[in-house]
Amino acid sequence: MDWLDLLIRVALGLVVISVVMGVCMYSVLAERKVSAWIQGRVGPNRTSLPIIAAIPVVGRFLTRLGIFQPLADGGKFLFKEDVIPAHVNKIYFVLAPIIAFVPALVTISVVPFGQYFDAAGAVKTLILANVDVGLLFIFAFASLGVYALVLSGWASNSKYPFLGGVRASAQLVSYELAMGLAVLPVFIWINGPGASGSLSLVRIVEAQHNWWFVLTQPLSALVFVIALFAETNRLPFDMPESETDLVGGYHTEYSSFKFGFFFVGEYANMTVGACVITLVFFGGWHPLPGFDWIEVAGMTGWAWLATGIPGALIAFATFAAKVVFFLFFFIWVRWTVPRFRYDQVMSIGWRRLLPLAIANLIVCALGIAAIDRFL
Amino acid sequence: MSDQPKDDGLITINLDGRDVRCRPGANIVDVAASAGVEIPHYCYHPKLTVSGNCRMCLVEMGMPGRDRATGKPMTNPDGSPLIQWMPGPAIACGTKAAPGMHIRTTSDVVKKCREGVQEFLLINHPLDCPICDQAGECRLQEFATGYGKGYSRFEEQKNVKPKRTQLGPRVTLDDERCILCSRCIRFSREIAKDDVLGFTERGSYSTLTCYPGKKLENNYSLNTVDICPVGALTSTDFRFKMRVWFLKQTPSIDTETSTGCNTEVWSREGKIYRITPRQNDAVNDTWMPDSGRELYKQVEAPTRLKSFLVRGQAASTADAIREATTLLKSGSVAIVGSGRASVEEQWVLKKIATALGGASVRLVSRVGQGDDLLVSADRNPNVRGALVTGLISKLPEQKLTDLAADIDAGRVKTLLVHGEDLTAAGLTEAQLAKVQIVALATQADAITAKAAVVLAGLTVFEKFGSFVNQQFRLQKFVRAVPGPDGAADDLVLLASLLANLTGVSTASTVDTVWTSIAAEVPLLKGLSFQAIEPTGVVLDGSSFAGLPFVEGKSLRYDPAAVTAVKAG
Amino acid sequence: MAVGIKVLERKPLTWSERMYLPEIAAGLRRTWRLMWKPKVTIEYPEQRPPIPAGYRGAPTLVMDPNGREKCVSCQLCEFVCPPKAIRITPGEIPADSPHAHVEKAPQEFEIDMLRCIYCGLCQEVCPEEAIWLQTTYSITHTSRADFVHNKKKLYEMGGTLPDEHFKWDKKLAAEKHGNAH
Repeated sequence: MDWLDLLIRVALGLVVISVVMGVCMYSVLAERKVSAWIQGRVGPNRTSLPIIAAIPVVGRFLTRLGIFQPLADGGKFLFKEDVIPAHVNKIYFVLAPIIAFVPALVTISVVPFGQYFDAAGAVKTLILANVDVGLLFIFAFASLGVYALVLSGWASNSKYPFLGGVRASAQLVSYELAMGLAVLPVFIWINGPGASGSLSLVRIVEAQHNWWFVLTQPLSALVFVIALFAETNRLPFDMPESETDLVGGYHTEYSSFKFGFFFVGEYANMTVGACVITLVFFGGWHPLPGFDWIEVAGMTGWAWLATGIPGALIAFATFAAKVVFFLFFFIWVRWTVPRFRYDQVMSIGWRRLLPLAIANLIVCALGIAAIDRFL
Repeated sequence: MSDQPKDDGLITINLDGRDVRCRPGANIVDVAASAGVEIPHYCYHPKLTVSGNCRMCLVEMGMPGRDRATGKPMTNPDGSPLIQWMPGPAIACGTKAAPGMHIRTTSDVVKKCREGVQEFLLINHPLDCPICDQAGECRLQEFATGYGKGYSRFEEQKNVKPKRTQLGPRVTLDDERCILCSRCIRFSREIAKDDVLGFTERGSYSTLTCYPGKKLENNYSLNTVDICPVGALTSTDFRFKMRVWFLKQTPSIDTETSTGCNTEVWSREGKIYRITPRQNDAVNDTWMPDSGRELYKQVEAPTRLKSFLVRGQAASTADAIREATTLLKSGSVAIVGSGRASVEEQWVLKKIATALGGASVRLVSRVGQGDDLLVSADRNPNVRGALVTGLISKLPEQKLTDLAADIDAGRVKTLLVHGEDLTAAGLTEAQLAKVQIVALATQADAITAKAAVVLAGLTVFEKFGSFVNQQFRLQKFVRAVPGPDGAADDLVLLASLLANLTGVSTASTVDTVWTSIAAEVPLLKGLSFQAIEPTGVVLDGSSFAGLPFVEGKSLRYDPAAVTAVKAG
Repeated sequence: MAVGIKVLERKPLTWSERMYLPEIAAGLRRTWRLMWKPKVTIEYPEQRPPIPAGYRGAPTLVMDPNGREKCVSCQLCEFVCPPKAIRITPGEIPADSPHAHVEKAPQEFEIDMLRCIYCGLCQEVCPEEAIWLQTTYSITHTSRADFVHNKKKLYEMGGTLPDEHFKWDKKLAAEKHGNAH
């Protein structure tokens, strides 16, 4: 690896990070807009930029849509007073929001978001680091995020954040199991006898070029989605925050940009989660289930669409559309369903979801074994 | 009631079907009031003669029938006495209780009478209530609500009469509001003995007015405002100042003379608006002099002391007390107490005199012209208190010539002065320059200007305490408003001085001071501040009978009678 | 007194309800539909809400058509005001004023709008119909002191009441006319 290569990789990394940050910021806007629409309101529609807002129709449309709202939100976070209460443990208190933010950005590096055929006809994947343990890497780093919650709860030295942190860790442990068990059938499928073993996300997506796993293994997908909600601390599994009973949960004592870190970190986690579910169960960058896009394009004489730059664009667009849908789905569910009680969360995790995931694993394993044996 | 009533000189009358015991010849309005039955009235006043012109107190009256031929009591078939009711209603204020008399105050006839009288009174009464100072304590308002029809049938134009007439320096008259009860006329004639008011014109044009060329300017003129049942006579001083329903009433004592008129102080949010008499039939009936009603102005007077001073410089309470203590400890102290100070303050001052090794104590006498009514010759309200507590043993002099001699001779180096202006008491500038003065006062005067230490005290409206009046009647006053910032309770200041002088902590509130007073003063044995009745407690002043008190006869005090009783 | 209490049985959940997922789907369906409904938001500074009849906004003082301040400082509103927001300093109308026959007018009249609860009792109790609640609902100032509306401000806000009663003018006319005899 020479210096140029390293420079390109750093540049690519920065690009991806800024894109993810942008997605996070606009997720916040989407959260506010969608909640407003569901509740019969309008949502943010005032913030505007001087020149753009002056463009006749577009400017007004963008303003009404709240396109510039994230700028104002970010600016507000920057300029608000950053209170560090006297009773907190300062080092951990400052460390916690950073820890909340970093894992979300690290995991994005192993997420593939498209592919293309280079001039030689070889498949190239759009990914920062195509590691072989992809999903495991994501699970490992995403789980680190809970340290931020626990740490902030502990460092705040106050009741509500502490309870929020405890709940966060309990919830994460409970649902991690179900989540892991839910993706196992997928790996059993792609790592069938004869194939070299891999946990690469690219492999998973390639395995779905025809049929998506959500269609072949719907129960796994369901368990995974539910566990994902819990893992990203989204309603109805909003235990660590619980603003109705814990004031603000783990971030009660936080203000200004530190709070902003937690806030954006949550949406970064959500974005990664949306990417993972898209990749693992919803066919990644494959546009339609049931047939291979590239084969179909080749047969109809539209092969140029599936290769080269257009192919890369279509693949990325497909992937992005799915991610956006899942982001919307997260928000949609949040403003529809009330929060579970803490005991209900535990009950669902251990007494419903875990047995279901185990049963699913056994059935799938037997099914795959049967297919392997008899077909 | 037992079958055989005691022979206590009382008779039984029947009021609305219920037997009531009363004095024979008692006024039926009073009898009903003491039995808890209100008979509405305007012109009747218990302290004035009966004129019977408002007709509001109409009741039905009947006596047990007596057979003319035989003189035997007539009875109903069931044996009860037959009551012969008067064919028409009678005015209760003009009816005197007689044995067996029957009175109805709630019958339909009485109700109709009251409604009729009320309607006639309201015919020409202007709808001035929003701007009328009487609103809230107006009998016409109250009885219109309680006994009126509730609506008016009068469509013609109301009479026009003089409004905003200045009857005198302190009284404003609105004739349209007058209901011609003549209470003010009777008061001026009977109590104030200054017969200047009267009615002119006839019928509904009758107008209250002053005798031409005269004015209602005697020192009791504001009592006409108090007894006016409507807003015809109003106080010029209180006019449009504040509505009465905002005012808090606090019992107090008029400090201008030794009569000790009982008063009511009306204040709102720490500001006094007016002073009115409080009924005490043994002292001032329901009257008080006009001069006593203006005393509240001393509270916010421009000369009011609002900070402690040490040699002319503002100082903290602690510094001023410390400096005063140092001066007093330097020896050769003479004390000038005050006949205006309360019994409690005089008692603590006496303790200070004792603590200073028997420093001489003098009071300054103030003597004016008595008016045989409620202004007595002694203008100090509490000289007798000083006698009772033992602060002094003989009556004070007007000029402190012996003190002046002491200062000239160098026997007195330090003066503790409680609220007295010594220049008025005959001390010269040169004499005052020879002594160090500790002055406890409420108003800046010649003495506070010269004093080494000035302690800012409170007026009678801002503290608790008691006075002994000319009848040796111990009467208490209660705090109406808080004192200004920078001033402190005289009692607390004196107690602090005492504590500093003796090194022993002392009582500094009236209640706690009274425990030592009750224990150590023979005449006040067993009393406490709480135990002083609203109308006062009469002390046995016979041991002071030999002193040549200056007071003459007044409304409820006759020195000759007192002397005669003692002699007899 | 016996109040009828009806105990409602909580129905046991059906199997699909206990599964929870169908219910979530129903909820999502509902919120999806709500998302496309017209919005009820009134975008305030540009759009103003309709003021219903009998609306109680800021209390103000009014003049009569002859320019006489109707308030005679009877202080009934000050007395009745539940949060004690009103403070009146009564005063006498000078003898050279054309309204001298009314005798009394407020020297100062203050309503503390931070205390006012817009109950309207002041208007109800006023015997001179001098204090009226307007429809003004947006009272904004830059300091706490400004929120104490003084007499000048109150008359500015109140303006003139098109009143045809003229009680005091009739009284003045009768005074000029004198008695019939």
